[in-house]
Amino acid sequence: MLYQTKIGLEIHVHLATKSKLFCGCSTEFGSKANTQICPVCLGLPGSLPVFNEKALDLGIKAGLGLNCQIANLMQFERKGYFYPDLPKGFQISQFKLPLAENGFLEIETESGAKKIRIKRVHLEEDAGKLLHKEQCSYIDYNRCGIPLLEIVSEPDISSPEQAYSFLTNLKTLLQYLGVSNCNMEKGELRCDANISLRQKAKGKRQKLGTKVEVKNMNSFKAVKDALSFEENRQEKLLKIGKKIIQETRLWNESRKETILMRKKEESPDYRYFPEPDLPLFSIVKERIDKIKKTLPELPSQKRERFKKEYNLEKKEIEIFIQNESLAVFFEETISELKNWMADKKISEKSFPLLIKLTTNYLISDLTGLISQKGIEFRDLKITPENLAELITIIGKQEISSRAAKDVLKIMFETGADPPHIIEEKGLKQISDSEYIENIAKEIIEKNQKVVLDYKKGKESALEFLVGKIMAETKGKADPIKAREILKKILKT
Amino acid sequence: MNLNQLTAHELLNLMKKGEVSPQEILDSLFKRIKKIEKKVKSFVFLPPTIFKKKCSDKPNSQKVIGGLSSIPIAIKDNICVKGEPTTCASKILQGFKPPYDGTVIQKLKKAGAILLGKTNMDEFAFGSSCETSFYGPTHNPWDLERVPGGSSGGSAAAVAADETILALGSDTGGSIRQPASFCGVVGLKPTYGRVSRYGLIAFASSLDQIGTITKDVTDAALLLNIISGYDPKDSTCAKIPVPDFRKSLKDNIQGLKIGVVKECFKKGLDKEVGEKITDSVKLFEKLGARVKKISLPCLDYAISCYYILGPAEASSNLARFDGVQYGLRKEVKTLKEMYEKTREFGFGKEAKRRIILGTFVLSAGYYDAYYLKALKVRALIKNNFDRVFKNYHCIITPTSPQPAFKIGEKIADPISMYLSDIFTVPVNLAGLPAISIPCGFTKSDLPIGLQIIGKPFDEETILRIAYNFEKNTDFHLKKPIL
Repeated sequence: MLYQTKIGLEIHVHLATKSKLFCGCSTEFGSKANTQICPVCLGLPGSLPVFNEKALDLGIKAGLGLNCQIANLMQFERKGYFYPDLPKGFQISQFKLPLAENGFLEIETESGAKKIRIKRVHLEEDAGKLLHKEQCSYIDYNRCGIPLLEIVSEPDISSPEQAYSFLTNLKTLLQYLGVSNCNMEKGELRCDANISLRQKAKGKRQKLGTKVEVKNMNSFKAVKDALSFEENRQEKLLKIGKKIIQETRLWNESRKETILMRKKEESPDYRYFPEPDLPLFSIVKERIDKIKKTLPELPSQKRERFKKEYNLEKKEIEIFIQNESLAVFFEETISELKNWMADKKISEKSFPLLIKLTTNYLISDLTGLISQKGIEFRDLKITPENLAELITIIGKQEISSRAAKDVLKIMFETGADPPHIIEEKGLKQISDSEYIENIAKEIIEKNQKVVLDYKKGKESALEFLVGKIMAETKGKADPIKAREILKKILKT
Repeated sequence: MNLNQLTAHELLNLMKKGEVSPQEILDSLFKRIKKIEKKVKSFVFLPPTIFKKKCSDKPNSQKVIGGLSSIPIAIKDNICVKGEPTTCASKILQGFKPPYDGTVIQKLKKAGAILLGKTNMDEFAFGSSCETSFYGPTHNPWDLERVPGGSSGGSAAAVAADETILALGSDTGGSIRQPASFCGVVGLKPTYGRVSRYGLIAFASSLDQIGTITKDVTDAALLLNIISGYDPKDSTCAKIPVPDFRKSLKDNIQGLKIGVVKECFKKGLDKEVGEKITDSVKLFEKLGARVKKISLPCLDYAISCYYILGPAEASSNLARFDGVQYGLRKEVKTLKEMYEKTREFGFGKEAKRRIILGTFVLSAGYYDAYYLKALKVRALIKNNFDRVFKNYHCIITPTSPQPAFKIGEKIADPISMYLSDIFTVPVNLAGLPAISIPCGFTKSDLPIGLQIIGKPFDEETILRIAYNFEKNTDFHLKKPIL
């Protein structure tokens, strides 16, 4: 591509507080319309806002997680515009003195890790929700005044894919911190994007291209799609020498395109000014330090540790990062694994292999079963202790990998322990050479034509014979041993 | 003896002794209101049922509970009373009945006060004459052709005309003190943050303060005792203990240092007003105070500063009157039209003037030149007062440069109207407490007011000075002939 893409994101997340930002009303989602309201969040004449400091603590947490400078002095301002879902005719937001500034969030790109700078993080109140039915519009004010955290990135993102991974990482971070549940379906996370293209030029610093704002994306994928569409649209225009117009466009999900919402000249003047009903708020160092101490392990720290402690692949680590309960289960299993290894006198040397096995069984098999049955992780019947035992059994090749999958399935369904299942179902792997040799001879006898093929050099013929042995032993034979024995007999 | 002419502290004493019943007080007020309300027009809502409510109450000393037991009080129409019309004397709030009580109303109810009704005011408190009210003007009880002042003109006129015992007003740039001076009653604007604003429909949030309008200084102290104090519902309300203001009245003013603002005597000051202020200074000196002329150069900038900050905040505070949730709505085709028509028909001329002015000074490209600069001027004005208060206990000025003017005289000339608040506006910008007390009359029997300005949260000193003045004069006892 001739052009370089610059993307900046503006994300709004609902803070996970019980009550609203400036009144005591509940923030619960999905209640009957207009049941969580009071004079304050309705903006009734004479009512006044009172700041909910729980939101501040969550905001500080997010700021710290995003490596930001937390403000000493924070101020609310009024952002004025008319809309029926905004009962005061202004939104209480922050402008000149936001809660936090100058941070970064790291993402993985094809060319390695990249820091996306965070410009600012600020607190503001959410608006209500409009419902349109036939000829009428209705307003549900339940959402009015729910605390929002606005996170604004610098235009450091250079592709729609990077925007996607930024959002994924941000969501994970905020969930780790307990700042927000980030459920997009509940409107707990919303994202607008700015995108501009400029000519690629080497050496000299160049001005940014004209930016276009894109709104109305309802999923991370929609953000990626909308940005790809916009990237293409702008590139096409630039190629034929047209200028990009600064404007706001809306993503149309069904038509997969952006459409013009308003031009720059039509964009409102919000007339920000300090909210006179709320005094300046100073954030003391002690408060920040106290919150610092409560921060959990952050995704970036966890990535590093999983690499160091377990030597996992990037892809595997990402799966654990995104799925916190799976990661917890994994780490518990590993710790149980150490106990079993000591018990069963398994050498330390096979530890990496067992970790690998655990990872595979968790990521593909167990996760598969969970999604198949649609259950929650906390309802899982398998314990880390039982899984660890199963892994050692597999590691010692006491059952075949096919049998192991069956055992896992039974564990998943009943919660029984692996030796019990193996015993009951007679799944113990047969490694007895003499026994396998006898069966192998029988198979060779019955399949002379295949044997002939093999001797002519057709390698796959051997696999056929191994399969026959497995079938004969109902999967209990150790396939590796079976192959060895077959080879040995056929050589002679 | 007409009970309606008495003060709250006098009535409380009589009730305590069992000599007067709450019903007798209500009856005498009702009689008075019936006779003169059509001339004065102090009230915009006056539920007739209020006068029947307490019929069963008999004189009984046991019944006196709470600091204002059975004392009737009138409420300015911009303070929310649950279930009662609260309209800010504006068409746009027609039909609005708040579902909640403002904090001061809760306190009054708890203290046993009887809420009489809502009093007239300039629309949204924009004005100094009560003429911008949607309901039409209130008339000054001393001369029905004159304005009662504003914006709390209805409250001041009702107290002056003995239609109520007490009244609440609100003061953003002089809206309690100027009408109190025009009507010959006592008007107290407490320190910003002394009284909760929760339930006061905002004009300019950083300047507004609820205060008292009473027949004498003792009642001002009594009522301030009830309405003051920290309120968790108002983040600008101060966490400062409330003294018993009545106790502060007892001491004399021997040795107190009073500064008289010399800039007040420049041109524009009515001659008779000037004379009465000079007389007041002499009386203070006689009472043992040390009075000296001081300079408050900030006076020159106060009005300009105020007419940027006030409208800026007002333009935002009034954005909520959009026809969506409550009050007036013009039914038209589109949303934009609904906003435009509702606001066009709902707001009066002065409200529109201030909304436009405020919107302008906050607009992109103008913010720094106007709003930000005015904030800086405001800080200078505060410093100006702070400096004076290092050496003085209080500052005195006339409350207004002129006595009550005629209805219609200034309504077409906003600047001259705005200038009638020149001495009161700086006090709001600095967040200070101030009281206006009657200090004489013109030859044509129009009251003149003296303003005493105090240090932040030192209402005690200005009440004490005012009380000593009142004890040695009888201006507050004179009644208008209606």
